[in-house]
Amino acid sequence: MSILVLADLHEGELAAATAHVVAAAQQIGGDIDVLIAGEGVQAAADAAARLEGVSRVRLADHSVYAHQLAEPLSALIVALADDYTHILSSASTTGKNVLPRVAALKDVSQISEVLAIDSADTFKRPIYAGNAIATVKSDDALKVMTVRTTAFDAVNESGSAAIETVDTVVENAQSQFVKEELAQSDRPELGGARIVISGGRGMGNGDNFKLLDGIADKLGAAVGASRAAVDAGFVPNDMQVGQTGKIVAPDLYIAVGISGAIQHLAGMKDSKVIVAINKDDEAPIFQVADYGLVGDLFELLPELESKL
Amino acid sequence: MKILVAVKRVIDYNVKIRVKADHSDVDLTNVKMAMNPFCEIAVEEAVRLKEKGTATEVVAVSIGPKAAQEQLRTALALGADRALHIETDERVESLAVAKLLAKVVEEEQPELVILGKQAIDTDNNQTGQMLAALANMPQGTFASEVVVEGDKVNVTREIDGGLQTVALTLPAIVTTDLRLNEPRYAKLPDIMKAKKKPLESKAPADYGVEVASRVSLVKVETPAERKGGVKVASVDELIDKLKNEAKVL
Repeated sequence: MSILVLADLHEGELAAATAHVVAAAQQIGGDIDVLIAGEGVQAAADAAARLEGVSRVRLADHSVYAHQLAEPLSALIVALADDYTHILSSASTTGKNVLPRVAALKDVSQISEVLAIDSADTFKRPIYAGNAIATVKSDDALKVMTVRTTAFDAVNESGSAAIETVDTVVENAQSQFVKEELAQSDRPELGGARIVISGGRGMGNGDNFKLLDGIADKLGAAVGASRAAVDAGFVPNDMQVGQTGKIVAPDLYIAVGISGAIQHLAGMKDSKVIVAINKDDEAPIFQVADYGLVGDLFELLPELESKL
Repeated sequence: MKILVAVKRVIDYNVKIRVKADHSDVDLTNVKMAMNPFCEIAVEEAVRLKEKGTATEVVAVSIGPKAAQEQLRTALALGADRALHIETDERVESLAVAKLLAKVVEEEQPELVILGKQAIDTDNNQTGQMLAALANMPQGTFASEVVVEGDKVNVTREIDGGLQTVALTLPAIVTTDLRLNEPRYAKLPDIMKAKKKPLESKAPADYGVEVASRVSLVKVETPAERKGGVKVASVDELIDKLKNEAKVL
């Protein structure tokens, strides 16, 4: 078995996700190479070389790979693919963008969001927004897969792999980077936050979402919303947690004025601890909440903020 | 320009799914089905591009059982001009769907293909990217804004941590994120008119594509059930429990 892990980069640095993907690769077993592709990414390659279990870092440092556009990056991976039985990345937006393209170019299927590795060809993955877990077996000679990072503990930084330069340069006339606007909020990104506080239709209107902001600031939490709150126009839909929005699994999820429709539960039910604040003590959210507080959120939220 | 939109028939997003007793799959008998929400957004975007005068024709395509024609009629009611149904009762995975769509692309020569970023049943998030690879086109995945300018399309993409804009040379593939638009509802007169719009039916064999999968479904299970916890009486008790019992604060 020989495994290639496509590293995630964040502003040129090695992203934490990669250490989780290497852990998944270790469970498959075999030699593990990490591919660092980007522009000015020597430091990321050095960081990848320190990850435990990595045999070799392959470094493709060239302007054509800047911003990890799918077209040149997938062509690069295809050029290296014959050396490998497995190609892995995290199920980040980069992994999701690039790996299916690699798979199709190699005429193999791709397996998305792997949660568990049963063997070198059999994997568990969530379907129907995590409401069912499928075990799938791939008969393809090359397995291309993305890994759900929250399902694998990161490896340590005790390794010292060799770094080898890859000279392959892929011409790309099809796509061009224009700009990037990374969120400059002090709050963590919804998908990766350790604590999430979300509001639902019970918030009444968009202005009332400010009641969540103070608590979020004190807890270092991200703010989310239910589909009902988004559909009612209270908040933009990039805040939506649920089957058609973001899937989150924080340590603490606080649901405020959210009834707990299936669609919403699908997006947050893997959270470690769930708190529900709702005036309706019959609301379905209480069936999944570890701690429920029944009462008027307009009284409880200011009290909670002042006492944190 | 001509726009091709791919739509999928899936279980309605509000339905609580059941795993079959023999763990072979999810039980879809007598379950409410609908157009995949991300596909609705794709149709809406194509129709808006037509209303702006950018697109001249919108063709909707779906691959699946006979009943998928209902979702194609919905696409027609929402403003697509004609529809193509590739009928099969097999479980068609992303790669085979992409291969079939690549043949349709070859035949129809659209300048833009719009798909949803993922189907809410299989949750793969693969088909658009695979189609882009097979059709040798650039891809703008997870789009929250699509602007056609001359022979290029500027796509603003939802990436981890923010937004990224790429310029793609047409013809190109776009997959929709939730933020792209708010789909309209079909009005009754449009639903009536949609019944008269052309809907062509074909089979995978007409395209010479083998739909059999190399990834087999070994079993499907229900995830571990989550049990409800306790109700607390006050904010103080809640904070205390979170600090001392759950240790998450």
